[in-house]
Parts: sequence; structure tokens; C-alpha cells
Amino acid sequence: MSETQKRLLLVAMPWLAMTGLLLLWEVACIVFDVPEILAPRPTRIIETMIQRWDILLRFCLETLWTTIIGFALAIGFGLLLGLAIGASPFVYSGLYPLLIAFNAIPKVAIVPILMIWVGVGALPAVITAFVISFFPIVVNVATGLATIEPEMRDVMRSLGASQWEILTKVGVPRAMPYLFASLKVAVTLAFIGSVLSETVGGNRGIGFLMLSAGARNDAPTTFAGLFSIAIMGIALYALCALVERRMTRWAFRAEIVG
Amino acid sequence: MPVTEPSLVELRQVSLAYGSGASRMLALEDATLSIAKGEFIAVVGPSGCGKSTLMKLVTGLLPPTGGEVRVHGQVVKGPIRGVGMAFQAPTLMPWRSTLDNILLPLEVVEPHKRRFRAHKAEYVARVEALLASVGLGGFGAKYPWQLSGGMQQRSSLCRALVHEPEILMLDEPFGALDAFTREELWSVMQKLWMERRFTAVLVTHDLREAVYLADTVYVMSRRPGKIVKIRKIELPRPRTLETTFQVEFVDIVHELRERIHMEHA
Ligand SMILES: Nc1ncnc2c1ncn2[C@@H]1O[C@H](COP(=O)(O)OP(=O)(O)OP(=O)(O)O)[C@@H](O)[C@H]1O
Ligand SMILES: [Mg+2]
Repeated sequence: MSETQKRLLLVAMPWLAMTGLLLLWEVACIVFDVPEILAPRPTRIIETMIQRWDILLRFCLETLWTTIIGFALAIGFGLLLGLAIGASPFVYSGLYPLLIAFNAIPKVAIVPILMIWVGVGALPAVITAFVISFFPIVVNVATGLATIEPEMRDVMRSLGASQWEILTKVGVPRAMPYLFASLKVAVTLAFIGSVLSETVGGNRGIGFLMLSAGARNDAPTTFAGLFSIAIMGIALYALCALVERRMTRWAFRAEIVG
Repeated sequence: MPVTEPSLVELRQVSLAYGSGASRMLALEDATLSIAKGEFIAVVGPSGCGKSTLMKLVTGLLPPTGGEVRVHGQVVKGPIRGVGMAFQAPTLMPWRSTLDNILLPLEVVEPHKRRFRAHKAEYVARVEALLASVGLGGFGAKYPWQLSGGMQQRSSLCRALVHEPEILMLDEPFGALDAFTREELWSVMQKLWMERRFTAVLVTHDLREAVYLADTVYVMSRRPGKIVKIRKIELPRPRTLETTFQVEFVDIVHELRERIHMEHA
């Protein structure tokens, strides 16, 4: 196999794997004669997606928005708190146990409470997306800061740099690859958060659409919703991965062109 | 060096212990030395005898557990400002280009810090000249991880020198280099020192390096480190590679080596 063939195959592999999986599903449905209400065939799901694309798109966009807003909040607060925790041992020892405890709470348990507080609608979804994606960002940023090489710190200190200068000139750039690595994880979590909130109780978003389609025994639409979520998840993941590559090329030791 | 010259750095019976309680360990004991302004000293001794510790004490990165360190007659309480330091590892920042790495001290140390934004072009030119003087002309735009180990070490030396510090601390900066590069950098170092006359403290394992570069060589004992010998080197400057083969030079190296061997006995 030549180099170019290898590279082509590498690019094609994800698509091949996906097609293979869908094909297997399709065949299994036909062979075992699975009723549509249990698991519709992929061709049927895709057909539904094409037929009802306008509704799907509308509900998807609602979910996308709440996810992105919750995610953006998580980045902002996560970065700040991560920097504070990583930079100060006092903040660390004070807040870290609290964070762990909070992270251990199943988020599905807080959605009903949120609904009591802020009602139904976009807000509980935004908040759920935020709280669920917040944690990995904080932990990663704090880790990036806490693992600054002591020699690097000595270089800065011997130049007479202030704590603030050490933070901005070493800490923040050092924490960036950790931040971007966590974003890929966090963005998928944010999705889980908003869809979770929509399905537990809501009147909007793709989660709500799936819930109501399920109640009508409209399995193809429910599965079409599922597929849409997967597609959005992949798209946002890819976006984060792209941003990561562009922002922290030094961490990959990639050849910088031009 | 005439003794009448005022000393810039003075250590009086400085000792340092790491840890506390049962894990307490004496790394340095009763170090007394004084370094004149513009003097180049070298510290040699067995591994683990406290040489790096001595460096950190002089620059105020570590507070001594006994005795006192004075710079400019003032007792050192925190990190003293505007020293240049180069370590055994290059410690360059991978997210900055070589040029930006060397600009770092100028962004932090006064008076450059104040002028930095307005006079950036001037500073960039200064860094490029410095890079050229260590044989790295034109490599400024490269990232440290695109350079070889020796080139990184040279960049790290540039960073230690760029803000023209009064005191330069070198902790085995040539240790990881091959013999050819090392000897070439000795002469670069000597040239820079003769031009600028900063005060330099060099820690090294290499006795030839110490004798080549220093005015005074301090030999330390095994842990806990004590200064067991002070040897003035009065060979004329500039010293060259030829000098290292002359009898006087070789005799001094032998004399030092014998003293260190006594430590291992
Ligand atoms: N941060 C630390 N905590 C505890 N002990 C330390 C620490 N740093 C150094 N030591 C100990 O102090 C002693 C002196 O260390 P130092 O680094 O000064 O040695 P050195 O003379 O520079 O050695 P080398 O030539 O190998 O670099 C060593 O025995 C080491 O184990
Ligand atoms: Mg050392």
C-alpha cells in the first residue's frame, strides 16, 4: 500500500465504519423482522429526517443554543475558577472538596429543583449544560497551572517577576492546552446536560421533540432526533478539536507552516 | 583581583537544610565567600554537594537556614531583582518563539519593562544581535522544540544575558553539550564577559571549564557541602583553547582534581 493510499484509507475509515454499522443494523432489522415501534431501520430513520427536516432543524437549533450558551458560561467560569484553584493553595484546599462533592451529584436530580426555581424553558437547560460541563474544565485548567515546572518559576522569580506576571506569562499559556483538551469532553457533556433537562421536563428542544414523539409511539421521529443529536455532537467536537489544534500547536510540536 | 575592591555578593557562614524533623537534611554548611564586582567565580564539587543550592541562596530564591547572604551590603530577603540565570536544562517556554523567549526578561525587568511596548523594534534588534553572537543568527522565529539541544542551551544563555544583568548565575549550562560546542561556548562566554564585566557564578563538573572561565575557583566537599579550597586563577585573558594545553593550565586542573579526589577517598 502506498503512502497516499494509506492516508486516503485513514480519512475514509470513520465513514466506512459508520456505514458498516448502519448496514448491520438494517440487515438485522430485516432478518429478525423487528417491529418499527421497537427499532426502526436506519433507512426509515434517514427518510424521516429528510421528510421532517424543518421541524427537526427548529428543535435542534433550540438545543444547540442552550448548549452553546451553557458551554460558554462553563468556559468562562471554569477558566476563572481553574486559574484561582491552580494558582492558590488556599483556594484549592477550600474549594476542591466542594467541587468533587458537587460533581458526584447526578445532574438529573437537580433538574426538577431547577424547574421549581426558574420554571420550564431554556433557562434550566442552559444551567444544566453549564453545571455538567463545568467540572472537567476547572480540573484541567487547575492541573495545567499546578504542574508548572519549578525551574520555569525560578526563571521568572529570579527576574523579579510578580505572582501576577508568573500567572499571566507562564501559568495561562501553560494551562491553555489543558483547557482546550477539556473542551472536547466538556462540549459533549454540555449536550447531555441540555437534552437531559429537555427530556426530564421541558417544552422545547430536541429532547422534548423525542419525548413527545415517543409518547405518540412515533419511533422513527424519536430515532431521527437521536441521530440529529449525534450529528450536532460530532460537529461541536470537531470544532473544538480544530480550535485546539490552531491555538496550541506548540503542544503538539506540529510543524508550523508559514 | 585586588582585595581592596568592594564585594558585591557576600556569604557569611551560610547553611541550608532541606525538610524538617526526621527528614531534615543539611545540604550546605558554613559557606563563607565573597565575590567582587565584575569577578567570575566557578564552584566545583562532587554531585549532590549543594552547588545548585548555593546558587539559589545567592539569588534569594531560597532563604538560608543559618548565616546571612548580602548583595550590595544588603541582607537578601527575597529573590533579588534582575539577575540572569541559566540552568542545566534550557527551560525555554515552548509556546514562545526563540526570539520571544529571549525578550521575556525585557518584558519583566525594569527599566525595560516600562519602555518595552514603545521600543520593541530596538529590543528585537538587540536580541537578534545577541543571537548572532552565539551563532544563532536567523533562528529567532523558530520555536525551541525546533532547535537542537545545544541551540536551545545557547538561547537560554541569551535569555540570561539580554537584560544585561549585574549578576549572572550559570548552573552547569554547558553540561549537556558535546565537547566541541562546549568549548566554543566557553570562548563566547569569555568574550561577553570581557565586554560587559558582569559578575558571574558558574557551577560546573568540568574542571577545565572552571579554570578556563573563572578568576577564582571554589572547591566544595561532599554533602553537607563546605568550601574546602579557594584557588585564584591568574592566567592572562583572553584564554584560548591553546591555553588549556599549557603547563600552567594543566597544573591548576591537576591541583583541583587532586583536592576533589580527596573527597571521594
Ligand atoms: N528541594 C529539595 N528538597 C530536599 N532536598 C533537596 C532539594 N534540592 C536538593 N536537595 C538535596 O540537597 C543536596 C544538594 O543538592 P544540590 O541540588 O544543591 O546539589 P548539586 O551540588 O547541585 O548536585 P549536582 O552537581 O548533581 O547538580 C542533595 O543531596 C539533594 O538531595
Ligand atoms: Mg545541581
